[in-house]
Amino acid sequence: MRDLFLAVLLRDLKLASRRRIDSLLPVVFFIVALSLFPLGVGPEPQMLRDIAPGIVWVCALLASMLSVGSLFAGDLADGSLEQLLLAPQPAIAVAAAKSAAHWLLTGLPLIVATPLVGLLFGMSGSALLALVAGLLLGTPILSLLGALGAALTLGLRSGGMLLILIVLPLTMPALIFGAGAVGNIEAGLDAGGHFSLLGALLLATALGAPPATAAALRISTE
Amino acid sequence: MNSPSLRLFTFAAPSRFYRLAGWMVPWFWAATLVLSVAGLYIGFFVAPTDATQGDAYRIIFIHVPAAWMSMLLYLVMAFWAGIGWAFNARLASMVARAIAPTGAMFTFLALWTGAIWGKPTWGAWWVWDARLTSELILLFLYLGYIALVNAIDDVRRADQAGALLALVGSINVPIIYFSVKWWNTLHQGATISMTAAPKMATTMLTAMLLMTFAFWAYAFAVVFTRTRAIVVEREAHADWVTELTRGKMHP
Amino acid sequence: MYMPPATPHPSTPAAAAASVLQACDLAGQRGDRALFEHLELALEPGAVVWLRGRNGRGKTTLLRLLAGLATPMAGEIRVNGVPQRQAGPPLRRSVVYIGHQNALKDDLTAMEALLFLARTRGDRPDDAALTAALQRLGVRGSRFAPVRTLSQGQRRRVALARLALCLHADLWLLDEPFDALDADGIQALNGLLAEHAARGGATLMTSHQSPSLRDPEPRVFDLDRHGLA
Repeated sequence: MRDLFLAVLLRDLKLASRRRIDSLLPVVFFIVALSLFPLGVGPEPQMLRDIAPGIVWVCALLASMLSVGSLFAGDLADGSLEQLLLAPQPAIAVAAAKSAAHWLLTGLPLIVATPLVGLLFGMSGSALLALVAGLLLGTPILSLLGALGAALTLGLRSGGMLLILIVLPLTMPALIFGAGAVGNIEAGLDAGGHFSLLGALLLATALGAPPATAAALRISTE
Repeated sequence: MNSPSLRLFTFAAPSRFYRLAGWMVPWFWAATLVLSVAGLYIGFFVAPTDATQGDAYRIIFIHVPAAWMSMLLYLVMAFWAGIGWAFNARLASMVARAIAPTGAMFTFLALWTGAIWGKPTWGAWWVWDARLTSELILLFLYLGYIALVNAIDDVRRADQAGALLALVGSINVPIIYFSVKWWNTLHQGATISMTAAPKMATTMLTAMLLMTFAFWAYAFAVVFTRTRAIVVEREAHADWVTELTRGKMHP
Repeated sequence: MYMPPATPHPSTPAAAAASVLQACDLAGQRGDRALFEHLELALEPGAVVWLRGRNGRGKTTLLRLLAGLATPMAGEIRVNGVPQRQAGPPLRRSVVYIGHQNALKDDLTAMEALLFLARTRGDRPDDAALTAALQRLGVRGSRFAPVRTLSQGQRRRVALARLALCLHADLWLLDEPFDALDADGIQALNGLLAEHAARGGATLMTSHQSPSLRDPEPRVFDLDRHGLA
């Protein structure tokens, strides 16, 4: 299984490196979307600091969901997906590799961009740290669930919007715990509970989502 | 679910279900009428006025049963969709699809009645309390399921994809409820909660139960009717359907 | 041109054990339309079978069922005697399926694309093996070119070069392999088919025109005779 996982993951990273501009789009969207909020709600510093954790999480969510829609589309179009499903090793390796590739190409860049965002919103150092830690645990969850949604909506005309509709409710717990952790830190409280729950959620999703995604791929290609 | 009904939905021919359900539906409507009249009468006229909330609280006789039904129907829907997927049982998948709109309707009803309760009680049409927010997310789960199965043209793929989504959703329902509860207690000092209903006098409990059974009967009536429509649509090529449309069978 | 008649093999246990591929009472559909039912098919080692039928008869559907990409509505498929559903990794490795599409990523070079496809099977061919495979199909010169710069015929040849790396596989399932090939390409593919059969591998392929392969002479399996009107 590890061979197939690595083969798919490395191939996707190699393909992304040959389309670098495309790979940066989610991060650009992330920053642009975040910049809309001060324009919409006003530049009052304390308020921006208050809403920052929530809107960073929401924008990370949206950026993830928008970029995950095309996760399997390319492979479906040129027949690669068929070959991947015919591989001797279980399709779970393919699902896991795709989710990992998505996280490395979307989630990780978002996390790297977050300190810049913290600057824009005047967040304190400890709050920013809590935000980054939460995103580190939460963005893989988004990639895993997003892959499931992409597999279910594979090849459908209404794909993008439909994917967002079916995956967003499932990601709400991660949003609650992740943003809540920062809120706690800012209020001077301990956020250990939040991070533990987020970690548990990540573990459960990492174990449960790839098999479900593999099943969804079979359903969608039969 | 008792064994005969499991066998009915899993392995019964759609034509048999069509006839059986057609016979049962009028009785379900009758039960709905009787039970809801009884329940509403007791709830709105017989049960005592609440000390703190006055008469406005009476909406819970619709709100609480609707909320129960919305959650229960989601699990039932996921169950039959799963059966349909696992055993390739066409009828089970059709039943699951028929449940979805009714479940969504009950969720919507719960949200509306929650708002109607909230206005006189706390002065706001909507409060982000744990239960209402969970109901809202449940509505999104229903809408997601309905949107997905309707977006897929191939019936078999739609049924299977819907089953997978519904099962994943069922696992998430407790997680979502728990996380929303957590979130709610963090952000509000005094818990303004729908669960802090007035202490239940026996008449109130009776009314609640009657309304719940009424909603159950209604759900059966509507879901069976919708399933029959789906059966005829999907089995359109079968002999018994063409005979039906030629008027040789009793509807 | 003489075409030997199709003779479906009896599904006796002896035949099952000897067959590379065996389909019993198979029913296939596309969407809501049933395409064929009660289909019987058996491939013994060294056989080359030409799956023939009019457009829309279900040739591709049948191939996909046999490859394990879809589950049949009825019936059973056995690979080397083992039911397909229970087939483990070694058995799945012994089947190579090449569909209509080439499964080549546009942004990879021909060699990289070929290497990836080999790795999905668990193989790790070195550069020399990859080059030799591309050479066999006459596209060695394009091996460092991105796939998107290649013509349709060249892409088909790169896709078929996989076969040169899988000559030991028990079963080849090929959907329209001769499409987009010129005379040289057809000759190269015929060579691969012959070598595969000589090694005891079985091949089932579809083609719009009758195959020009002579040794071994392909048997015909006519889907029109098994299909539903």
